[in-house]
Amino acid sequence: MSFLTLAYALAFYFAATVIIVGLAYKIRQFWVTPAPLKIPVMPAPLTNKGVAFRLAREVTYFESLFKSNKWIWILAILFHAGLLLVVLRHLRYFTEPVWFWVKLVQPFGIYGGFAMVAGLLGLWARRFLVERVRYISSLSDHLMLALLVMIGVSGLMLKFVTRTDIIAVKAFFLGLMRFDLQPLPQEPALLVHLGLIAVLMIIFPFSKLLHVPGVFFSPSRNQVDDAREKRHLAPWAAKLDETRENATAE
Amino acid sequence: MAKKPEYDVPAFRPDLENPAIVAGAMAHSQPFIAAPEHQEALGFPGELVDNWEQKAVEKLGDLLQKNKALRVYLDSCVKCGACTDKCHYFIGTGDPKNMPVARQDLLRSVYRRHFTLAGKIVPGLVGAKDLTKDLLDDWYKYFHQCSQCRRCAVFCPYGIDTAEISMAARDIMDHIGLGTKYNNEILGKVHKIGNNLGLPENALIDTMEGLEEDVEEETGVLVRFPVDQKGADVLLVTPSADFFAEPHVDGLIGYAKVFHQAGISWTVSSYASEAANFAMFIGNYEQMHKVSQRIRQAALDLGVKRIIFGECGHAWRVAYSFLNSLAGPWDFLDPKYPRPQHILEVTNDLIKRGAINLDASANDDKVLTFHDSCNVARATRMGDVEGGQFIIPREVIRASVNKFVDMDPSTIHEKTFCCGGGGGLLTDDLMELRIKGALPRMEALQDVVENHGVTHMAAICAICKSQFAKVMPYYGFPMDMIVSVHQLVSDAIQLGTKE
Repeated sequence: MSFLTLAYALAFYFAATVIIVGLAYKIRQFWVTPAPLKIPVMPAPLTNKGVAFRLAREVTYFESLFKSNKWIWILAILFHAGLLLVVLRHLRYFTEPVWFWVKLVQPFGIYGGFAMVAGLLGLWARRFLVERVRYISSLSDHLMLALLVMIGVSGLMLKFVTRTDIIAVKAFFLGLMRFDLQPLPQEPALLVHLGLIAVLMIIFPFSKLLHVPGVFFSPSRNQVDDAREKRHLAPWAAKLDETRENATAE
Repeated sequence: MAKKPEYDVPAFRPDLENPAIVAGAMAHSQPFIAAPEHQEALGFPGELVDNWEQKAVEKLGDLLQKNKALRVYLDSCVKCGACTDKCHYFIGTGDPKNMPVARQDLLRSVYRRHFTLAGKIVPGLVGAKDLTKDLLDDWYKYFHQCSQCRRCAVFCPYGIDTAEISMAARDIMDHIGLGTKYNNEILGKVHKIGNNLGLPENALIDTMEGLEEDVEEETGVLVRFPVDQKGADVLLVTPSADFFAEPHVDGLIGYAKVFHQAGISWTVSSYASEAANFAMFIGNYEQMHKVSQRIRQAALDLGVKRIIFGECGHAWRVAYSFLNSLAGPWDFLDPKYPRPQHILEVTNDLIKRGAINLDASANDDKVLTFHDSCNVARATRMGDVEGGQFIIPREVIRASVNKFVDMDPSTIHEKTFCCGGGGGLLTDDLMELRIKGALPRMEALQDVVENHGVTHMAAICAICKSQFAKVMPYYGFPMDMIVSVHQLVSDAIQLGTKE
């Protein structure tokens, strides 16, 4: 077993632990923190089903962003839809036998890779070219884009420039999942690609990537418009009611 | 009204282009700081406490436990820039700290420094900052350049609402002894007397009697303006500006005529003589709770069956969205009616049922447009369908007026612009900000004036009405161009034909 194989195996175990535990912690925190008041941005759905549909529109086609700015919307869709296809394509490294629909999606995953990188470069360009966006960008915003671009470019290189033994790569990841370490090929592009993905997994719960769970917990989007019909009360706020003298029987 | 040339009034933008960034353009703008007596009356420290940085961080930690929105919004922003050109204060001033995300970052930087791992380890990398005196000064300036209108939240892919961040920041500042004179002095009056103006019971009764006489003189019909009338069906809770300010009072006369013709017995309360709950502006739940108990108490004391709110944007937000939480349950009110109900819901329903008679030709000298008040549009509803808050006011206007035109679609409904004076900023010490913040609405108004001959703009918010009456002259519009929706109803209603 080479040192690199061991190092990468440990890195991925560590990264997987961080992203799972970190996200679980943040999601729990988002879940249990009470929303004291009804604050849906109106007009808002009148039913739970309506709210589910509203959130579905936000996460599938970025409805609010579409209303806001067509450039950001196009670039964001390119990146996110591209990333989705890429992730689906990569499922073949983690499943044996490969699922039927994952086979079907393979060629689209390649287009996805290009779309993802193009979208990212466009979003990055905005951080330099649009004065307002330049003002609000901090170093971490640039580094996050750099990281994602490098992951995308190194991945495309593995497809089109320095191909590696993907059978062995698959064996490495299946081995990781079964706690049975297999040797990892040592192409530099592959090591860069995988190393950066581990970094991405590790910083996920500590960074703005928290927008992924956050979008589902945003009270302005996930609340039903029923304030007059149902009394909404946070536990800490209910205690204030005990102090009032004009309570009626509930 | 005489123009005050000392303010630099922004020019209408030829193609509505976004302004260039002018760093520090509004760094001189801040409201008067509350005096110790106004702070202490609300239970806040009289002046900036010695260990303010520590206390501020503690209060932020407390709010993070209590408010999901704050936690999620501080974590979720990706700095995409979608909100950067959506704030009327940015459009009117070009100050980059008036871009919603930059305003949020004033608080987010402190959150990251003290409550996130990355901010503790590598603060410079992720924009985490200690709360220095300079940063606190920026908080005080720029969290008082947000009118909590929620326009940015409409366009944010995660629904991040800068209003929630501004409210939290103001709450923190109050807790370290740095409040605003305008809001905190007014809240003291509400606690003591029952309304924002400090109008005592006998003055209120006099005012209402005066209105009764005026209306009788003008119309020959005795329309009652009851105060503290036990056993009335309806408690009307309306912004205290309705009792005397122009054009607000014409709206109040309109409500009274509607009640009169429909045969609804009503009263105002001298104990709860204020619809607006300024505690929302300072983001303090406990104060909001305390203020709203007055309405509950008045409703119980007077034995009413219904509560109806007059035209007031922020009041309607607290009434529609918060009142059930703050002062409910309303189990002692008649469940046949929404609890509480908006006066426009009442009037529209009466029009639909033919219970009141309107002659729209009475307003033929006017061409109307309608300003959707930000808090009504984006934080409440009227009626029982999504977006009823846009439909119902327009239906009432169309029933009262023959000529009506809407302003540009990007400036109405949920995309409406704030008047520039909402969210606790309607004070003369922020006049420059108010004038500049009105720019996008004034541009949309100018468009319909030029192209459709609009003569009047109706609004359903006491703040909008006061703000526009004061600010419109700076843009070359007469101050009486702003009218109450119920003023139009008042002019059109045919008294004596139904009762």
